[in-house]
Amino acid sequence: MKNVDRVVLYVIIAAGAATMIVPLLWMASTSLKASTDVFAMPPKWIPPTLHPENYVNAWQAVPFGRFYLNSLFVALTVTVGQVVSSALAAYAFARLEFPGRDKLFFAYLATMMIPGAVTMIPLFILLRELGWIDTYKALIIPGIFSAYGTFLLRQFFLTIPRDLEDAAKIDGCGHFRILCEVVLPLSKPALATLATFTFMGSWGSFLWPLVVTHSMDLKTLPVGLAAFQGQYGSDWTLLMAGSVMAIVPVIIVFVINQKHFVEGIKMSGFGGT
Amino acid sequence: MSKRTRAIVVASAFLLPNLLGFLFFTLGPALTSLALAVTEWDLLTPPRFVGFANFGKLLGFSTEAGHWTPNDPFFWKYLGNTLFLMAGIPFSMFGSLLLAILLNQKLRGIVAFRAIYFLPSICPAVAICMLWRWLYQADVGLFNAGIQQVGQWFGQSWRGPGWLVDQHWAKPALMQMGFWSALGGSNMILYLAALQGIPRSCYEAAEIDGASACQRFFNITLPLVAPTTFFIGTMSIIAGFQGGFMAAFIMTRGGPNGATTTLEYYIYQNGFQWLRMGYASAVAWVLFALVLGFTILGWRYAAKRVTYA
Repeated sequence: MKNVDRVVLYVIIAAGAATMIVPLLWMASTSLKASTDVFAMPPKWIPPTLHPENYVNAWQAVPFGRFYLNSLFVALTVTVGQVVSSALAAYAFARLEFPGRDKLFFAYLATMMIPGAVTMIPLFILLRELGWIDTYKALIIPGIFSAYGTFLLRQFFLTIPRDLEDAAKIDGCGHFRILCEVVLPLSKPALATLATFTFMGSWGSFLWPLVVTHSMDLKTLPVGLAAFQGQYGSDWTLLMAGSVMAIVPVIIVFVINQKHFVEGIKMSGFGGT
Repeated sequence: MSKRTRAIVVASAFLLPNLLGFLFFTLGPALTSLALAVTEWDLLTPPRFVGFANFGKLLGFSTEAGHWTPNDPFFWKYLGNTLFLMAGIPFSMFGSLLLAILLNQKLRGIVAFRAIYFLPSICPAVAICMLWRWLYQADVGLFNAGIQQVGQWFGQSWRGPGWLVDQHWAKPALMQMGFWSALGGSNMILYLAALQGIPRSCYEAAEIDGASACQRFFNITLPLVAPTTFFIGTMSIIAGFQGGFMAAFIMTRGGPNGATTTLEYYIYQNGFQWLRMGYASAVAWVLFALVLGFTILGWRYAAKRVTYA
């Protein structure tokens, strides 16, 4: 590549990157301003005076700490539950011989097509009958069972050579031990991917938690943030402080876990083509 | 115990947790939804069987003096909104492909740039919606401040539109936000992976034949990433039909004048604001039929044409 091309390319890429990052910087900048500086025209990019107490005020205005813990608890339980239940079912579909296996698997696949909007209302009614509305059960249990996770892991298990398992079988291992000691250790990339995606999905999930929780104590971070906006509709310094607080954990997870994001997206793409 | 029974017992042990959940929380509700769609139910009084009345109200027309009037004009309007917002999909996909080509170059620091472009797509959507509501404020938002500033440079007094409070600008505003947040996200990553799968020799051969960059794009890149385009297109259409709730809920409450209410938001309104469980289920099934119809059409007409062995 010629040097001129290289420079032009850098300029284009950097300009695009700036449009990605500028709104986020504006969010951070607003969150640190005095409420009198927020509306200054022309806009002030660097806050004239720093007001980190906006974060304290936002944190105290609504139970943000509680929202964080709720989100964390729900996302972690859903993730663990989904990985375990999907791994068990995926093993059955990938390795066990039983009558009706392929028909059942097809039924799983078919339901992946059903929009969440279709199941949402009957599911809400079911949980209402069970008395689970406004409990952690409603936030967690329906999220644990995923046709998608089962599908993803089954496809991965099928790529593992059977020789290793045959050796284990000759040594007298049962299926459960083969799964735990042979298949799962070889499937770490797929498990990490499923876990990352489930966690992010649950962390950002909005409509379902909105529908099944009412009390402040049970709100997850996104729903709590929406309630916060409902109360402080135009208090932009506080709202942006709240938004920053919701984004920071995700960025941390992303930075630590970058590889799995990319791998996971590629896997989901190849699973579908 | 026979071998067959044994196989079933072992398999059930593995399948049972997932299968029970699947039956209770996916398949069961899906079938129940179909039953609900033929009832009228406000959760307070017992459900009442109404046959296909919900679908008649939803999809039917009445004729009076030669005029066709829809029984539920809102449904058609919101279907229109949903399709309007989906018109952003091709732009978004094309943008992601171009970006993937840019970020596929071997440049120092390119990995950091990829991360920056990826960032908006992983931020919790609620926070992104709140941020953009702030950017779009008519009097004090950053967009209109920018428009005003540029106007001043030219000695003009330009005023930006009302964005979210203007019924003509609200949908384009949401599309612009969607474009920004999805541009460098999973679609770009998929395109990047597809580009990296194209053998260098294809491009080298074309270069020897004197193909321009433009020709190489249209004759090599575009056909060879076609399977990815098909996959992303299908997924985007499926998601597009059932999307729009969050932005409507956080930013516009479906307004102004219903301009940003999508089918998903309409289902939520019917079900959880007006407690019309039957009607909401009927809308959901019409939505499902649309998704299914488009997916099947896509498979029929496009799937065959996108594989290049």
